[in-house]
Amino acid sequence: MRRFLRPGHDPVRERLKRDLFQFNKTVEHGFPHQPSALGYSPFLRLMAIGTRSGAIKLYGAPGVEFMGLHEENNTVMQIHFIPDQCQLVTLLDDNSLHLWSLKQHSGASELREEHRFTLKGPPGSPPSATQITAVLPHSSREVLYLGTESGNIFVVELPSFRVLEDRTITSEAVLQRVPEDYCNRRSCELVEALREHPKNPDQILIGYSRGLIVLWDLQNNKVTHHFLGSQQLENLYWQRDGSKFISCHYDGSYTQWPVSSDNRQPEPLENLVPYGPFPCKAISKIYWQTTKNGLPYIIFQGGMPRASYGDRHSISVVHGSQQTAFDFTSRVIDFFIIFSSEPTAEFDDPSAMVVLAEEELVVIDLKTAGWPAVHPPYLASLHCSAITCSHHVSNIPLKLWERIISAGSKQNIHYSNMPWPIDGGTNIAPDPPQRDLLLTGHEDGTVRFWDASGVCLHLLYKLSTVRVFLTDADPNDNMNTLGEDEWPPLRKVGTFDPYSDDPRLGIQKIYLCKYSGYLAVAGTAGQVLVMELNDEDAEHVVDHAEADLLQDQEGYRWKGHEKLKTRDGPVRFEAGFQPFVLVQCQPPAVVTSLALHSEWKLVAFGTSHGFGLFDHQQKRLVFVKCTLHPSDQLALEGPLSRVKSLKKSLRQSFRRIRRSRVSSRKRRGGSGNASEVQEANAKFDQDALQEMELAPVQRKIEARSAEDSFTGFVRTLYFADTFLRDSSRHCPSLWAGTNGGTVYAFCLRVPPAERRMDEPVRAEQAKEIQLMHRAPVVGILVLDGRSTPLPEPLEVAHDLSKSPDMQGSHQLLVVSEEQFKVFTLPKVSSKLKLKLTALEGCRVRKVTVANFGSCKTDDYSENDLAVLTNLGDIQIISLPFLKLQIRYPCIRKEDVSGIASCVFTKYGQGFYLISPSEFERFSLSTKWLVEPRCIVDIPEVTSNNHMHNKSGMENAARKS
Amino acid sequence: EFRRFSLERSKPGKFEEFYGLLQHVHKIPNVDVLVGYTDIHGDLLPINNDDNYHKAVSTANPLLRIFIQRKEDADYSAFGTDTMTRKKNVLSNVLRPDNHKKKPHIVISMPQDFRPVSSIIDVDILPETHRRVRLYKYGTDKPLGFYIRDGSSVRVTPHGLEKVPGIFISRLVPGGLAQSTGLLAVNDEVLEVNGIEVSGKSLDQVTDMMIANSRNLIITVRPANQRNNVVRNSRTSGSSGQSTESSLPSSTPNILANFLQGEEESDEEDIIIEDSGEPQQIPKAAPTSESLESLTQIELLHESTQNGFLPSSEMNLNHSAGSVSMEYEAQDPDHKSLEEDGTIITL
Repeated sequence: MRRFLRPGHDPVRERLKRDLFQFNKTVEHGFPHQPSALGYSPFLRLMAIGTRSGAIKLYGAPGVEFMGLHEENNTVMQIHFIPDQCQLVTLLDDNSLHLWSLKQHSGASELREEHRFTLKGPPGSPPSATQITAVLPHSSREVLYLGTESGNIFVVELPSFRVLEDRTITSEAVLQRVPEDYCNRRSCELVEALREHPKNPDQILIGYSRGLIVLWDLQNNKVTHHFLGSQQLENLYWQRDGSKFISCHYDGSYTQWPVSSDNRQPEPLENLVPYGPFPCKAISKIYWQTTKNGLPYIIFQGGMPRASYGDRHSISVVHGSQQTAFDFTSRVIDFFIIFSSEPTAEFDDPSAMVVLAEEELVVIDLKTAGWPAVHPPYLASLHCSAITCSHHVSNIPLKLWERIISAGSKQNIHYSNMPWPIDGGTNIAPDPPQRDLLLTGHEDGTVRFWDASGVCLHLLYKLSTVRVFLTDADPNDNMNTLGEDEWPPLRKVGTFDPYSDDPRLGIQKIYLCKYSGYLAVAGTAGQVLVMELNDEDAEHVVDHAEADLLQDQEGYRWKGHEKLKTRDGPVRFEAGFQPFVLVQCQPPAVVTSLALHSEWKLVAFGTSHGFGLFDHQQKRLVFVKCTLHPSDQLALEGPLSRVKSLKKSLRQSFRRIRRSRVSSRKRRGGSGNASEVQEANAKFDQDALQEMELAPVQRKIEARSAEDSFTGFVRTLYFADTFLRDSSRHCPSLWAGTNGGTVYAFCLRVPPAERRMDEPVRAEQAKEIQLMHRAPVVGILVLDGRSTPLPEPLEVAHDLSKSPDMQGSHQLLVVSEEQFKVFTLPKVSSKLKLKLTALEGCRVRKVTVANFGSCKTDDYSENDLAVLTNLGDIQIISLPFLKLQIRYPCIRKEDVSGIASCVFTKYGQGFYLISPSEFERFSLSTKWLVEPRCIVDIPEVTSNNHMHNKSGMENAARKS
Repeated sequence: EFRRFSLERSKPGKFEEFYGLLQHVHKIPNVDVLVGYTDIHGDLLPINNDDNYHKAVSTANPLLRIFIQRKEDADYSAFGTDTMTRKKNVLSNVLRPDNHKKKPHIVISMPQDFRPVSSIIDVDILPETHRRVRLYKYGTDKPLGFYIRDGSSVRVTPHGLEKVPGIFISRLVPGGLAQSTGLLAVNDEVLEVNGIEVSGKSLDQVTDMMIANSRNLIITVRPANQRNNVVRNSRTSGSSGQSTESSLPSSTPNILANFLQGEEESDEEDIIIEDSGEPQQIPKAAPTSESLESLTQIELLHESTQNGFLPSSEMNLNHSAGSVSMEYEAQDPDHKSLEEDGTIITL
């Protein structure tokens, strides 16, 4: 009677399921989307990044990561660590302040929000009275000074956020002693900067936007010095000994001011426009760093000549006669300098500059001559060219791993050797259980190899396929190196380059055989490259073949892009994966599926027109099969006709981007301009709404027919050694599944190794299965006599897998978007099926076999199907009986690109893009879990705050 | 005119042969005729294929009375099961068609040309306000021909009347299956698709479910126009007490059991083309089969020299017998409730 038990009614199985499956989103890899603020604690040696969506992320030594999310999802404007504490304060664009703490909890530190606070003015006061513009956590750790738009500075107690009204520094008090004529010319306006005196905690420097700077004595509540700046102020910085400070201004100038006890109204020591004499952009932030040798480092953001370089995002470093303007490809959000923070040290001796640009993190080594960049161990810009596909390979053999690292290290010689300077906290996570590679294909024709074993997604090696082809843009043309006498001395840094020279180079499919080191890569213009790992540079000719997938079909015209032109003659390749065979599909449509069999030395590829098999040992095309339906005109015309239908959605998304850009610019200042923009936005929203209402959303209900478009689109290819013809002899076979629900099976004859070069590989069509529901076939799998999926090529040869059972009868699993079906082999009889769409209304987007181990016993593991649906749910389905085990919501169903980007690993983990630059890592397994686990040591001082924080902890906002 | 001849009951042969024999004995080789016989109840039933021919022969007791008519002046209305009630007239109608001079009646094609395109089902278990419509798409060239949209409907809930989102038919394509049945109309609220409630599902999900079931689509609607509802007796109207509630949680499995029986068989017959022979429906794996499909198989010869490759000697074609095998298994009732109950087929 067991067979009639409903799923979920078997208690033994239920218990086992709990030991096998568990869903966790564990860590976000990559670079935060839309960063908006940066903070650094020299005490903790931790860096904090805030984003426009209200996330804050802390990073220390590799593996030390924390994440928090403000409930409000508002933009994080500023981040300030409380000096010598495990606490930080964030300011959001809704003018709220949030206190976060790192607390130890069951052996690991956690980031929690403890308190929130919004500054309230007296009743009737305008909102600008309390709009916070500058935050200064005082070194006493007891108070925060909050500069506002009104010019008043409020003092709040920490951690309670109680306003100490009697200590408010009003602009009236400040202006009391200011000379009359100066006062008349400019009122205080908003507080632009607050800086505590480096030696005397009772003095703070206050900078107002119109140029006035005062030194305020906290003990006596009065101004001790007035510095009458004539230019609009941007920022301030103290010299280490407190005898001077430097101010930077809107006109691109900076000014040094002396601070001495005898002079109440000092005159500037030096006023300089570094990139003058023509009008310059504002210098928004400046550092003055002393060194032992006497020459200071002056480091400032911006200040470029307005007319010719106004569009550059630069940070200039000046040290004696050396000057470099680091030129970033995206907007600089903020930066900080890592310098000696020991209070006893006499000099700053800066060691590194950390720059948060909008699209990447750049760290410059200031100690090494030439100021080289430091290779960050995390926060990699995954999207330096847009990601077009990804491929995950688990459990990489050590040998291959070392060879890839060695190839990668040769590419990284221009990086500094400096150890990673942000090294706070201790990583206490266990070592990753195995070496995993994540390969991402990019729009610019590169493939990046990431170490995906642990918490830090680290770039190991970058492969470019561009060199094989002749493209319009010769890489030598756009050299950015400028001559020595160039002014300003710009130097491009960073890797973010979203502009692709030729979209046809885009990588669409990747397949890596970890045992043989063979790599197949396929792209947008029908190109398929087979590569081999070579530890040395080499120059050789890439063999070139064409696969005419239309064959005898006549009268069709490809209206899409042309195929890529290849380079004649030998090409020089650097150490690493070097292509030796290029197959170009004709017509040059996007390669939609790819399979490589390293043991048989065959590569199969499919497009919207058909598929082909190539023998990369003999470098000979074995066969092609056209899968087109005669009426499928669309597929033949190329991608252009498809673009049409996309046009509208593209236009809308562009509008959305434009809108978000506009709203991002509104920053503070709230003048009439911003309200105009808001009005325009509101109008746009209304228009968009009306547009939607005019066309009610309705869906056509129509059965799929053979005449639907894109039925020939090859979705999946699969090699299997199985019983295709009769049950006594198995043979190599190639399986292909199309968008129209057709499965083709080809019998292959691969000559034995000793005659491999002499005899041709032969193929013959053996079967063709048409699923009557005609849904796209997204996965094909053969199960052996023990119902175990067939091993990967060479897996058995390397003793990493049991040989498949070739005695019992094999089964064929065909996964379409709508159903899972198991057929017997060799005679194709349907055995069982699971209908997904008919019952749940969801469709399969991704499917993989994953091995799940029990967390209770080491010796139990089983293979199941991990399935991602178009609703963003993940389902685990048992093999071979196709029973739904468990379902987890994972990705929002509206997040189409997230769903499309998902990759599963062989051990029940997965990745998907949560933004163009970030992978979310999730785990379905109880056994394999990669998540950050780290400790940040808390100094004694916090103990007196403990009682206070208790209540805060309880209503702490949800973390990560 | 009458002819009498004998047939071997155990080997009746094929209908084609029998038809030829009739034409031969009547010496009308080029005349199209309709063939009918009287069964044991006296009904005049058609003989137009192997199946009903064999049935006719097997029921001969011992005589089989065959009637043949010219196709052009055939009286179609003479056929059918209802003929029993008109038994007396049947023969006279057939034999003396001139007696039957009514107005020129509409010619309806023969039963062989009919195929069900729609039906109302489960009338006995559904509330009166609901209608369960089955659309048989299979084999029809007509498009299903309707659109659905989001909307909202008012429900009685424990918290009183509430507006809840629902799925509605937004458009019928003229000439489509949906329109031609007359059973569905614009603004009908869709409550279930093949036994699965749609509440809580998005428009796209419901669309996908309908398309996935499009070969045999069963939709339960609450018609916008409630005036055409069948008034039923007390027993069934009892269930209409919950008519405003779309869910019938306890009865759903049974309902499904009713209509899923036949459905699965006609549902999907995947086709396999082996390396020899013609496309065939895929048989279900006989001994352990859990699926309810019945499938058949044919094989087709592929040109082994296609693409210019020589057939390899190892790949000697293994033609399995080309015979049609239709394996219907007696389905036990548990089996069915299992099939529809979840997404799962257990062992």
